This record gives sequence, C-alpha cells and structure tokens, in this order.
Amino acid sequence: MKPNRRWSVRIGVGLLVFFVLMAIAGPWFVGNPSATDGPLHAGPSGGHLLGTTNIGQDVLSQLVVGARGSLVVCTIAAAIATVLAIAVGVTSAVLGGVWDEVLSLFTNAMLVIPTLPLVVVIAGYMKNAGAVVVAIVIAATGWSWSARILRAQALSLRRRDFVLAARASGEGSFRIVTFEVLPHLVPLIAAQFLGVVLYAIMTQAGLAFLGIGSVTDWTWGTMLYWANSSQAFQLAQWWWYVPPGLCIALFGTALVLLNSAIDRVADNRLVERAPRRPMLLRRRGAGPVGAADALVAGEEVPA
Amino acid sequence: MRFFLRRAAFYLATAWIALTLNFIIPRLMPGNPVQALFARTKQAPNPQSEAAMQAAFGINTHAGVLSQYVTYLGNVLHGQLGTSVSYYPASVTSVISAALPWTLLLVGTATLVSFVLGTLLGILSAWRRGSWVDHVLPVTAFLSAMPYFWLGAVAIFIFATKLGWFPLSGAYNTSIPETFSPSFIASVLDYGVLPAGTIVVSSIAGWLLGMRNVMLQTIPEDYVLLATAKGLRTRRVVFSYAARNAILPNLASFALSLGFVVGGAILTEIVFSYPGVGYVLFQAVTNQDYPLMQGLFLIITIMVLLANLLADVAYAALDPRTRESRR
Repeated sequence: MKPNRRWSVRIGVGLLVFFVLMAIAGPWFVGNPSATDGPLHAGPSGGHLLGTTNIGQDVLSQLVVGARGSLVVCTIAAAIATVLAIAVGVTSAVLGGVWDEVLSLFTNAMLVIPTLPLVVVIAGYMKNAGAVVVAIVIAATGWSWSARILRAQALSLRRRDFVLAARASGEGSFRIVTFEVLPHLVPLIAAQFLGVVLYAIMTQAGLAFLGIGSVTDWTWGTMLYWANSSQAFQLAQWWWYVPPGLCIALFGTALVLLNSAIDRVADNRLVERAPRRPMLLRRRGAGPVGAADALVAGEEVPA
Repeated sequence: MRFFLRRAAFYLATAWIALTLNFIIPRLMPGNPVQALFARTKQAPNPQSEAAMQAAFGINTHAGVLSQYVTYLGNVLHGQLGTSVSYYPASVTSVISAALPWTLLLVGTATLVSFVLGTLLGILSAWRRGSWVDHVLPVTAFLSAMPYFWLGAVAIFIFATKLGWFPLSGAYNTSIPETFSPSFIASVLDYGVLPAGTIVVSSIAGWLLGMRNVMLQTIPEDYVLLATAKGLRTRRVVFSYAARNAILPNLASFALSLGFVVGGAILTEIVFSYPGVGYVLFQAVTNQDYPLMQGLFLIITIMVLLANLLADVAYAALDPRTRESRR
C-alpha cells in the first residue's frame, strides 16, 4: 500500500472514531441543547464556544447532541438498506431466470428514479415522523445501488468451483447462499454499508432541511433547518450554520476514504482468487466482476 | 437500434413504476392525511382538476382501486395533476411549468460544466498519477461529502455578503422586465453564477473520480503504449487514444449520478430562493400541499429519465459496439 493511501485510511478511521465517540459520549458533557438561557445570537465566546442561536441556545450542545441524532438515523437506515440489498441482490443472482430479470429491472428502475423527491413524497405525509420512520424511508430508497453491486458479485461467485462443488454434493440453495456465497461477500457488504451511511446522512440532512420529520429532535440537519428558517444564512451567523455542515462533510469524507480502502482490499483479493475456468464453462459476459469493474461498467444493465 | 429500443423500454418501465409508486404511496399512509387537506379546498376551480385529485388520492369516490388507478393513469397522461393548495387556485401543472425552465437552465448548465470539467480533471489526474496530484483525491472526497445546500449558504456568506460580488438570492433582477433583452439575460447570468457554481463544486468529484478510475485501466493498454512508442505528442496520446476510450463508461455513469445531482440542486435552489422546482417543493412541503408534492416527484422523475435517454443516445452515437445488435 502506498504511503498516501495509508494516510487516507488513517484520516478516515480517525474522523470516524471521533464522530462515533462524540455521538456516544458527547451528550453527557454538554448542556441541554434546547435550553434558551444564553445571550441571543452571540458569536463564539468562552461561555459558549460556538456561540448561540437567535433564541439563546448553545450551538456546541446542539452540535454534539445532533451528532447522536444524525448517526442513529443513518446507522439504522444503513442496516435496513443493507439487509434489503442482500435480500434482493443475492436472491436475484441465485434464483436467476425470470426472477432475476424482474428483480434486476426493479433494482435498476429504483436506481434511476431521483430519490430526494421520492423520499419527500413518502416522508412528507408523516408530520413529525420520528428517527426510526425517517430511517426506514431512507432505507426504502437507498438499497438499490448496493443490491446491484452484490448481485454482480454473487453472479460471479455462483459459477466458482466451490459453489459448483457444493451444488454437486447436494446442498440446498439456502445453505449454499448462507455458507458458501455470503461469507465471500462480507468485504463488499461492509463497503456498501458505509456507502449507504453516506447516502443516509446526506438525505437525512436534506429532509430535515426541508422541514420533514420531527424538527425538534436534534440532528445536524435540523440545526441547518432552524438556521435557515431564522435567516442565519442572510444574517451571516456563520458560527451557527457552518459547524453542522462541516460535521456532515467531514463524517462523509471519512466514509468515502474508508469505502475506497475496503474496495481496494476486496478488489485485490478477488483479482488473486479469480479462477481460470475452461473456455467451455465460460458463459458470455460472465467473467469475474470485481467491485471496481461493476462500479465502472455501469452500462451492463439487463433491462 | 436494438440497443436504443431496449433502453427506451427500460425507461418506459421505470416511468410506470414511478407512476405506480405515486399512486400507492398516499394509500399506504395512516389516516389519509389528504382527507383533511380537502376540507381546505372544498371549491375546486374546475371539475376536471377535482376529478383528477379524487382518482389520484382515492377520496370522495366509491370506485374500486383498479378503476381509480386507470382513471389516474389517464389523467396523468393528459397532464391533469390536480390543484395546488399553496398556489390555490392554480393547477399543479401550471405551477410546475412556470418553475421548470429555471431548474432546467440551472441544473442543465451546471451539470454540463461539471461533467466536462470533472472529466478533464479526471484525465489529468490519471495521467499524472503518482505526483502531487494524488494528494487532491482526499480533497475531492471532502467536496463530494458536502451537502449542496450548505455549500450554497457558505458561498452566499463569502461571495455575496462579505465580498458583494454576486447578488444574494433570486434568479434575475426584478427591476428589469422579463424579456429576452441583453440586460435581462445579463442579470440572469449574474444571478446564476453562485447557485450553478455551488452545484458544480459539489458534483464535480463524482465525474473526476469516475474518469480517473477508467483512465487508470486504459493507460496500461497496448494501443496506448504503441501510440507512445510511435512518438506521438503526449496530448494526442492522452486525448485521442486513452481518454477517447475511457470516456464511455463515464458517460454511462452519468445516467446513475444524475438523480442524485438533481436532488442536491433542488435543495440548492431553496438556499438561493431560486424560483425553480426546488423552491416550489419547499413551498409544497411547508404547506402540506400533497398534490403539488406528488406532481413534482413525477415531473422531476420524467425529466431525469429523458436526460438519461439522451445520454444513452450520445453513448450509442459514440460507441459503435452498442449500435451493432448485441446478439
């Protein structure tokens, strides 16, 4: 691994650990984010390190408590979306035939439909939806990319010798999927999980910014919502709106860096292990599809 | 041709899925929130609009779900999307068609600039790999992780409030009459720089990294080596040999990224009070204007599908392999 890459992994891990600790332990160390006992829209000072909002709330407290809110939503969303992606993608690859056609069509369609308006249409009906509901809605729209990647990988695994051997020895489909195929997908699933976390944090921020979901639960997104609706952008109260956006961007950066690191590791492994099959067994277009190939070869859409 | 028909069929199927989702979603919601809304708009301005909403939301009607569905599909095909609540008594169609040109202008220009610039930078960063350019990559990760609308707010603070180079918000100078006069067009450009620039900066990383990845796979190819060995100028090797082949997958990923860019651009419009569909969406959410929300979802989806179809046509025009029937 080149030194540059090692650094990008270190930065990624460092940032991620920082934000996770902030979300878990941080809220014990700061005051009540909703308390309105500070001075009104004051800049940063000793008493309030990141200043206060227009009604005298402490921005730092909001930022730390908001970290917990944001991370909870996107972890739940990513967990649900990953399970959905495995269910759809791997099923599609294992079943093949008509089922594969139908599931792939649905996956690809969900991939092309712009998600933000769709999420707005679903979540817009639920005034004051809680964190879990918002997470479910985000998951319902965020699984398709992972499903597609996992399907491509599972397809190539399906034709490897050890799977063929398992099939030949009479193992059932369910057992083959859980004990032969899934373990080999773990690095890819981890990378996809991080990808969905990134999607979820951006979408949650966007939704909260639009005022969808409960705007009284503190997240980085709801902080931006209140900043916007209190004219903080126009009044140049940077200490209020810069920190939450910066946190989202840095958290996202950590995810992108780790994601590409995992992708590289997984990809190397796949290149080394790619089997040389006899020509006769090789079906057209069924070469081993690495994660990177699948990412790049976006055109292989079985419509 | 076969390729084109396959893609067209796929987009038609996708449009149908979007239409169906649009029909199902309000019916899955607990306690039918639309019923309450209709108390506010007892008197619809025209009966056609009223009927379209009844079919779309399944209220004040005793027809079966299937016949409601058929009526709804027919209404949508005829452009009947119901009446807006927040812009009452305007129809949803008229509200959206007033806002759509602004979004097409803003997002279209920004996406084009971002795609061209990102692809060029991707080519450069792949060709100069191993040099200082590699250090730019973590920066692009940071750029791609910034929320569009937040970057917009920061841009307003720096370039409009502090430096005063660009106007704060809006799409044009309201004191100039809305005609195609040079001064009006100049004001549109002036007002468009900040929002479009925000979208470009936020979305450029995707094109850059995509192009870089494919370029890195293309550069070791024999024909690139041969071109270098022939003594061709570097620029020719890079653009006519390596990039020419690498750009196709990047064009294909254009399709998948567009939906995400459009979502971000919609939020950007809100920060800039830009009178496009994003701004209308904000109004719709704030006023619980469900017919408008759903109409926006449909129109935005159809626009994205059309743009994807255009990208596919460009792809087919550039890559002869797709034009040959794929057996």
